[in-house]
Amino acid sequence: MEVVSSIRTPLITGGKSVADVSDDICRQVEGAPSRSWMLAIAVSSSFLIVGAYAVSVLLWEGIGVWGLNKTVGWAWDITNFVWWVGIGHAGTLISAILLLFRQKWRMGINRAAEAMTIFAVICAAMFPMFHMGRLWVGFYWALPLPNTFGSLWVNFNSPLLWDVFAISTYFAVSLVFWYIGLIPDFATIRDRAKNQISKNIYGVLSFGWMGGAKNWARYESVSLILAGIATPLVLSVHTIVSMDFATSVIPGWHTTIFPPYFVSGAIFSGFAMVLTLLIITRRVFHLEDYITVGHIELMNIIIIVTGSIVGIAYITEFFIAWYSQVPAEQYAFINRATGPYWWAYWTMMTCNVLSPQLFWIKKIRTNIAATFIMSIVINIGMWFERFVIIVTSLHRDYIPSSWAMFYPTRYDVGVYMFSFGFFFTAFLLFAKFFPVVNMAEVKSIIKGYSEK
Amino acid sequence: MEIDKYYTIGIYDDDEVVLNAVKKLRAEGIKIYEVFSPFAVHGLDIALGYKRTRLPIAAFLFGLTGTILALTMMTYMMGIDWPMIIGGKNFVALPPFIPVTFELTVLLSAFGMVGTFMVVADLKPFKKPRLFDLRCTHDKHVIAIDLAVNKFSKEEINKLFDETGASEIHDKNF
Repeated sequence: MEVVSSIRTPLITGGKSVADVSDDICRQVEGAPSRSWMLAIAVSSSFLIVGAYAVSVLLWEGIGVWGLNKTVGWAWDITNFVWWVGIGHAGTLISAILLLFRQKWRMGINRAAEAMTIFAVICAAMFPMFHMGRLWVGFYWALPLPNTFGSLWVNFNSPLLWDVFAISTYFAVSLVFWYIGLIPDFATIRDRAKNQISKNIYGVLSFGWMGGAKNWARYESVSLILAGIATPLVLSVHTIVSMDFATSVIPGWHTTIFPPYFVSGAIFSGFAMVLTLLIITRRVFHLEDYITVGHIELMNIIIIVTGSIVGIAYITEFFIAWYSQVPAEQYAFINRATGPYWWAYWTMMTCNVLSPQLFWIKKIRTNIAATFIMSIVINIGMWFERFVIIVTSLHRDYIPSSWAMFYPTRYDVGVYMFSFGFFFTAFLLFAKFFPVVNMAEVKSIIKGYSEK
Repeated sequence: MEIDKYYTIGIYDDDEVVLNAVKKLRAEGIKIYEVFSPFAVHGLDIALGYKRTRLPIAAFLFGLTGTILALTMMTYMMGIDWPMIIGGKNFVALPPFIPVTFELTVLLSAFGMVGTFMVVADLKPFKKPRLFDLRCTHDKHVIAIDLAVNKFSKEEINKLFDETGASEIHDKNF
């Protein structure tokens, strides 16, 4: 039975029934991997292997293999870290904040976005760990554990330590949120499974879920509370990341605008990455009826909003640098726009401030090819944003005799490739073996929100 | 064989039909064992007369534990065990402790609540689910009625299943 409301835009097209939802989503889990999937995983795992070589050299030789020098002590590593954490903001934003706002369109995209979040946060966490050089003692340096340094504890006044707590909490809570959502869907796959092996595997993964009304009531309550606590968590994570910079006294970093500016930048790049992945996923797995052009348009609208906030933040920073009348601060910003890294600054401005404004035109924001290109442009821009903030603020510090430039080595590039290889390999494995759309949630809106 | 393992089940295609069926069956005085659905049907727990879950209270208490734990830990480490002068600041100052306090509150609240949920909902990796019908995780809603605890005969219950719009009626024994 299907009821189509004339006032609601359908969230699911193609006249799907409840049974069609599990058939369509489980098809790629149950079937043999497609040729395009095999090709994609071959490419991503070759990135992973090449990157693994760079990581091994890095761990063997130490971080001297990177292009860092005594003036620019932070460059690609922290840029990549902030970039990946930013990308990791979209998933929990979609599943938590949009759940609290009762935005039902989140249901088609939340599963894949959350998976992306988890993999992106792992990629982010790699970089500070690699930068510690001695990965294996990182636990003692980062966590408040009793130790042999004369019980010298970690410094709770330091934003870098807050980061440890913020990122690990964010990762753990996002993982739990994602997994709770997966349990009923694993049960669906378990009960459809034809062969014993997948029945057993999905049986273990589904934790013996039966779908009783009592458990559904508890499940709904757990989801709502998790959304409630994950919402401030999402906002806190990038706030704390921004404090790594904002609490320092480096010109260009020492600004109070950073927390909201970083959070909106994170949502901006996160949504762009969700779009990059979902535009491919919907095409490869034939999910056009679940991830519709309507979804893409709504995500593009969020991109205009957050992109414009980011643009205003860039201009505000400039204005405040002038208004403050602090020469060092003013120089830092003039140097960004006209100094040796002018090209990075103007790449950032073009990609992040100008290009998303094209989405005001409905034709562009509902065009899939245009959205796909834009989603990549935005993430290039957001990478340069972090590069500009970090490197241009450091490379010309207070003493002109120590001014320097940063030149990446192949190990900077290789470790970045490693994170890409990991991210796409993990996402492809997820897309093949896990349900990419939250079936249980989509089934609940089939009646009110589907197209006849 | 134990006698409480004899059930009669009614299979329904639609969530609204099953919701009305539950109301009707309960009005007749039939005790329902459980209703199994592929997705959360809103109002079904109320129709079945279930009490509101106390999981939010658990979440709050675990969160409170996190807050207290974080503040105690930091006060002990930075203020008592090894006080250090960092930037001339107080040994125990609240503002720099807030981020870690917040994160630990959220962490313990989430894990405590989800752990409690796993325990009360009896969800664990190697549990063998007692499924009344394989399609209840696909597209069907299943009302299961334990015959031993009801004074009604199987025929009477099945008749009500039929009247309330069940698409199939089966016996299920465990």
